[in-house]
Amino acid sequence: MLSYAVRRLLGAIPTLLVILTIAFFMIRLAPGGPFDDERTLPAEIEANMKAAYNLDQPLPVQYLRYLGGVLRGDFGPSFKYRDFTVNQLIWGGFPVSLRIGGIAIALAAVVGTTLGALAALRQNSGLDHGVMALAMTGITIPNFVVAPLLTLVLGVHLGLLPVGGYGDGSWRNLLLPVVALALPQIAYIARLTRASMIETLRSNFVRTARAKGLPEGTMLRRHALKGALLPVVSYLGPATAGIITGSVVIEQIFGIPGIGRYFVQGALNRDYTLVMGVVVFYGALIILFNLLVDLLYGALDPRVRYD
Amino acid sequence: MQDIPRMLGRLATGLALGIALTAAAMGVAQAEVVLRRGNGAEPATLDTHKSTGVPESYIQMDLFEGLLASDPEAKPIPGAAESWTISDDGTVYTFKLRSDAKWSDGSPVTAEDFVFSWRRLADPATASQYAFFIWPVKNGEAITKGEMPPDALAVEAVDQKTLKVTLRAPTPYFLSAQLHHALFPVSKANVEKFGADYLKPGNLVSNGAYTLAEHVPQSHVKLVKNPAYYGAKDVKVDTVYFYVTEDIDAELKRFRAGDLDATYEMPPQQIPWAKANMADSFRAPAYLGSYYYAFNLTHEPWKSNAKLRKAVSLAVDREILVEKITQAGELPAYGFVPPGIVNYQSATLDYAGMPQKDRDALAKKLFAEAGYGPGKPLDLEIFYNTNDRHKKIAIAVGGMLKQKLGINTTLTNQEWKVYLDARNQKTYKDVIRVGWIGDYNDPNTFLELLRGDIGPQNPAAYDNPRYNELLSKAGRTADLQERGRIMTEAEALMLEDHPIIPLYYYTRPLMVASYVKGWQDNILNYHPTRFITVQK
Repeated sequence: MLSYAVRRLLGAIPTLLVILTIAFFMIRLAPGGPFDDERTLPAEIEANMKAAYNLDQPLPVQYLRYLGGVLRGDFGPSFKYRDFTVNQLIWGGFPVSLRIGGIAIALAAVVGTTLGALAALRQNSGLDHGVMALAMTGITIPNFVVAPLLTLVLGVHLGLLPVGGYGDGSWRNLLLPVVALALPQIAYIARLTRASMIETLRSNFVRTARAKGLPEGTMLRRHALKGALLPVVSYLGPATAGIITGSVVIEQIFGIPGIGRYFVQGALNRDYTLVMGVVVFYGALIILFNLLVDLLYGALDPRVRYD
Repeated sequence: MQDIPRMLGRLATGLALGIALTAAAMGVAQAEVVLRRGNGAEPATLDTHKSTGVPESYIQMDLFEGLLASDPEAKPIPGAAESWTISDDGTVYTFKLRSDAKWSDGSPVTAEDFVFSWRRLADPATASQYAFFIWPVKNGEAITKGEMPPDALAVEAVDQKTLKVTLRAPTPYFLSAQLHHALFPVSKANVEKFGADYLKPGNLVSNGAYTLAEHVPQSHVKLVKNPAYYGAKDVKVDTVYFYVTEDIDAELKRFRAGDLDATYEMPPQQIPWAKANMADSFRAPAYLGSYYYAFNLTHEPWKSNAKLRKAVSLAVDREILVEKITQAGELPAYGFVPPGIVNYQSATLDYAGMPQKDRDALAKKLFAEAGYGPGKPLDLEIFYNTNDRHKKIAIAVGGMLKQKLGINTTLTNQEWKVYLDARNQKTYKDVIRVGWIGDYNDPNTFLELLRGDIGPQNPAAYDNPRYNELLSKAGRTADLQERGRIMTEAEALMLEDHPIIPLYYYTRPLMVASYVKGWQDNILNYHPTRFITVQK
């Protein structure tokens, strides 16, 4: 299994290189540049700016320079946030995104699978319909509607929780963003678990287990649930990578200092290095979590073995 | 039984003590006056020489103090300099620095700090976007262009507290430009000690009313009172937070929940609600900004057809735009330079006094004379950067042009950088939306935009040699009244050419809690925290 993991990680290097290369040249295709603003710069000043950031050199040279930097772990300076390097921005914001996203995805996994499993076990009951109706609602109402509603009711009208800001990161500041992030995930995971659980309960190995006379509870824990969780696990990998790298909507609405909005702000500002930094970072996380998912598969599904 | 009164007695003593302690603790807590300001976008940098944005400038105004400072109404008052003299020809300024001006580490603010700072601003190595603020100083432009070394800048520390500045030509706005962050000083010793890290909390020393305590990207900047500031005893607010509030709806909610004492701006669609429900907090003072449409004069039909341009301009009903769409007390604009600038009388379009009905009739007549009408309809594209307000205005203007002149309008929007590219390259088809907020309190910050020789910045590519000459002449005129008169003449001349359709002058709608005292509305929207106090 270890050699498999190592092989996979080595295989990730060319993937990351491709991501980096495509991103590098794509962002340059967008009209306008990092120093375009309401006030157009005198040509000499713009030349000084470009020289300061090596943007006056031919594109291939810039690419190689950038690649060299990344190999040394240096994503370069941010063009827009000039007091910080891209590394500082990412490592400053990531712990916050990781914290909020991590709690949200853990909450979503526990609540979502529990609800989904319960609904599957009581298929077509009132409970099942109730859970599924909630799940549909959770999926169809987007974040940018739920979050302002939560803040308006709990923050402005009832005054129970802060409307925004991260403060010192206490649970009061975390609660609303975590809930807003987790709700659609709970809904999706509940539906996924239910569908997969229903299918598993009808499968041959469950019938065999029942025929052997295994108590229902043991059968569920040992056999059914494991099988039913496989699709959930494969969903959780990329979902976790996505959530812990922050959400631009949640961060803007709640004023959370995570890294989610660097994706959007970086692209809008043509902050080339920042965009590249978050893209590579996100790409690396996706690869890592997909690997974790595959390793978990080995633990959950007896048919999967790595050697 | 007899123990009960004693117990009660102890309990009472304990309670009284507890209350006293709590009161004492609260007394201490109350002693710290905190101001929490919504501040818009994440500051791009706190470096006074490198930043360009408005949010940064509000923070820098609290951290640093230039030779002159802003009073509560954004009027220049003595800052780091207590007095100055200007030579008769208006080109040599001699500033006398305050003897008690100190950096937050206790060291004196010296003329040498200004020399160092201004050289740094001009130096191409600094890559300052606002380096042109030093270009009025002799050799400034040549230094930025790399033709001269930074120490050629005509700024001299005569002694520790005397700064002598030689300008390349009289520049009447040189004094009011001192309020701009680009000309603020940084501590030479501090920058040399820490290099690029001098801006980090703990490293940065500042000479303003506040010092930097925290800078958390995407969250806030926290400043605390600077005890070394010469005016510290009059500074009421001990701690000021500048929160990043990029989502303006969320910002308003934070204000309503009491988490903010003042906001950076207001969601336009909430303005009627705020006027009705939070009238004591809502403010919309006049702001030094002009909202207008520019014609693309690089090609026909606009290039050589002033009648057509005037017809389109006449047909736009500004009153409807400000009453029905923008709704924040904006003034309909019939000129380019907003009212309220010192030593300046704005020019207006010749039809400004005409009722809209007559304007429409004249518009139809001119439109026909320009060769357009039912037989030859005109197609017109309105180009703007993606934004709800710009869209609503474009829809309304399109409707007016269709109804009155039969013009078929199409709307095109692009995100900010693509929009800027189209504006600079003049690749937009007919008409582009432009907004401009003045950098300093002077008509030049507007009028120079339409100079033929300013380059891509000129949104219309307007080029009238006489206009250019008048502005140059004004630049050489030391007498402020005369200079203002020449600039008014230039503005009037430009308006007659109709390169632009002025639409309205900005206001700055925002919320300020009623317990925030000393916040005085002004056209630059400068509100240095040192003049503010919080009385809950």
